[in-house]
Amino acid sequence: MKQERDQAQLIEMFRLMALARALDERMWQLNRQGKAPFVISCQGHEAAQVGAAMALRPKQDWIVPYYRDLAMMLAIGVTPREVMLGLLAKADDPSSGGRQMPAHYSHRALNIVSHSSPTGTQVPHAVGIAMAAQMRGDDVVAWTSFGEGTSSQGDVHEAMNLAGVMKLPVIFFCENNGYAISVPQRKQMGVENVSDRAQGYGFPGVTVDGTNVLEVYEAMTAAVERARQGHGPTLIEAKCVRLTAHSSDDNDRTYRSADDLKAMKTRDPIHSYEAYLRSEEILDDAKIASIRDEIKAQVNDATIFAEKAPLPDPMTVQRYVYAE
Amino acid sequence: MAELNLLEAINRALDEAMAADDRVYVIGEDVGVRGGVFRVTDGLHAKYGEKRVIDAPLAESIIIGSSIGAALYGMRPVAEIQFADFIFPAFNQIISEAARMRYRSNNAWEVPMVIRTPYGGGIHGALYHSQSIEAFFTHIPGLKVVAPSTPYDAKALLLASIADPDPVLFLEHKKCYRLIKGFVPDEAYTVPIGVADVAREGSDVSVITYGLMRHYAVEAAEMLAAEDISVEVIDLRTLRPLDRETVLASVRKTNKVLVLYEDNLFGGYGAEVAAIIAQDAFEHLDGPVQRLAGLDIPAMPYSAPLENEFLPTPEKIANTLRDLVNY
Repeated sequence: MKQERDQAQLIEMFRLMALARALDERMWQLNRQGKAPFVISCQGHEAAQVGAAMALRPKQDWIVPYYRDLAMMLAIGVTPREVMLGLLAKADDPSSGGRQMPAHYSHRALNIVSHSSPTGTQVPHAVGIAMAAQMRGDDVVAWTSFGEGTSSQGDVHEAMNLAGVMKLPVIFFCENNGYAISVPQRKQMGVENVSDRAQGYGFPGVTVDGTNVLEVYEAMTAAVERARQGHGPTLIEAKCVRLTAHSSDDNDRTYRSADDLKAMKTRDPIHSYEAYLRSEEILDDAKIASIRDEIKAQVNDATIFAEKAPLPDPMTVQRYVYAE
Repeated sequence: MAELNLLEAINRALDEAMAADDRVYVIGEDVGVRGGVFRVTDGLHAKYGEKRVIDAPLAESIIIGSSIGAALYGMRPVAEIQFADFIFPAFNQIISEAARMRYRSNNAWEVPMVIRTPYGGGIHGALYHSQSIEAFFTHIPGLKVVAPSTPYDAKALLLASIADPDPVLFLEHKKCYRLIKGFVPDEAYTVPIGVADVAREGSDVSVITYGLMRHYAVEAAEMLAAEDISVEVIDLRTLRPLDRETVLASVRKTNKVLVLYEDNLFGGYGAEVAAIIAQDAFEHLDGPVQRLAGLDIPAMPYSAPLENEFLPTPEKIANTLRDLVNY
């Protein structure tokens, strides 16, 4: 029975990763068709995000994400329709009602906190959420994510320092894809691993293969357990690949060599996980085809739904500056 | 009814708010055992413990950033920035995050927090312990900015700020902390955010001001009363939202107006007040909208003669008002 449940979870991880990829690819198509002014991608980060999400409890734990976290959003419970409403800046976009650029995710009912575009500002918020949960005696873990470039920001340092002092139930999740737009990691930091810094804050730091969903899940499970038992924060660094340009306004061929780009494709987390599930005989051609058909239908439905949805009323532009 | 100075009144408000609502907590540098470098949080640590009166690491952005997170969670943080001059490392958190959270989430999230900070000069604080910071923050929609000048107003406005569902920057003038005393009722009373006070009634000329300058304006008005010049002093108390009606009503009554503030003149908060008066009360004016403010130098110098030269004083205010009345 346990094995069946585990199998179902392994397949669900695959489904979420593949759904995120398909939705992400559709967003680029809509961008190239001129229907979506901006796209920023999670491609290459799916394993890291789904592995992390599966160790958390949706609606109980708090998610303080950054802009690459599409797969995390889907895993916590944001629907493809909701994602597409955000992409097309429609009135019912749960993140912001079309006020923010796409991928600035927020979902109050799912404890997914709104974030901005200056990088790293969300990390102190996760610390404050963990502080509040600790004060109230609530069984809550705060999870926050950021790229390795953002790890250079002072806010990230200040946040980790306070979390270490107060032993807060917070998980710092660095999705390290090696590039901050065009700047490679070697120009970003003098250490090999972002996780090396955790020692300086008095809590554990671990580096995992962010293209391996099961390795991420295992590290996250340990960090969540540690947080729930009151032992404090963990810094997890998931080494990912960025399979696209930084955003739809970027051209990574101007700073990544053809060889680099080719090598990157060989580390696609969905390919490797699919191969693993086949080798374990958990999935076969027929099961994969059925999952992919279901995903395609979902993505089509979300696209059509969002395209038909109303845009925001311009008369609402001055609303919600203050409480009404 | 007790006679309190400004900082004692603020201390009372914090105590009352913490006693009434266990979601209210205080965080800042030295606010705990020490009770704050000005002693504003004196006694709170002993009464409420270190979980609700938190000595933060020396890092302003996390003081504000963590408070935003806690407010999102449902707490009511009261963060202290030890001197307003040190608020700038937290500028991004205040303007990009706290002020915009409600708008950018289409009303899904709110940040009910208060940022208390001592500001202003005349206390030999030099360049980095004397600044007025209100112009940077009153520019930002989504923030409220409160600057009381009397113990009575300070207590009630701090309680109103803590109860407010939006982020409030609460400015406490350092020179007023111990200099300004006044009676504060023991029983509950309210002063709403966004309502100015007619600090002194008059008929010849209006002074629109706030903070320490309210008291200097009243002193100048008393000097001029001996010369048969009647000065009305409006203490704004809240800078954003601005109580336009009280300002414009005073100008319509006296027909002459001085906008007085301690910050640098150029682009200061008073520039907005002057612009509103010029636009909305133009036909009631019998003279130019005058401004008197701090000098346009980087900040207030330390040495007494230099500091005095920077600041508007009751004498300088009286001279400006005389000229305006004779215009």
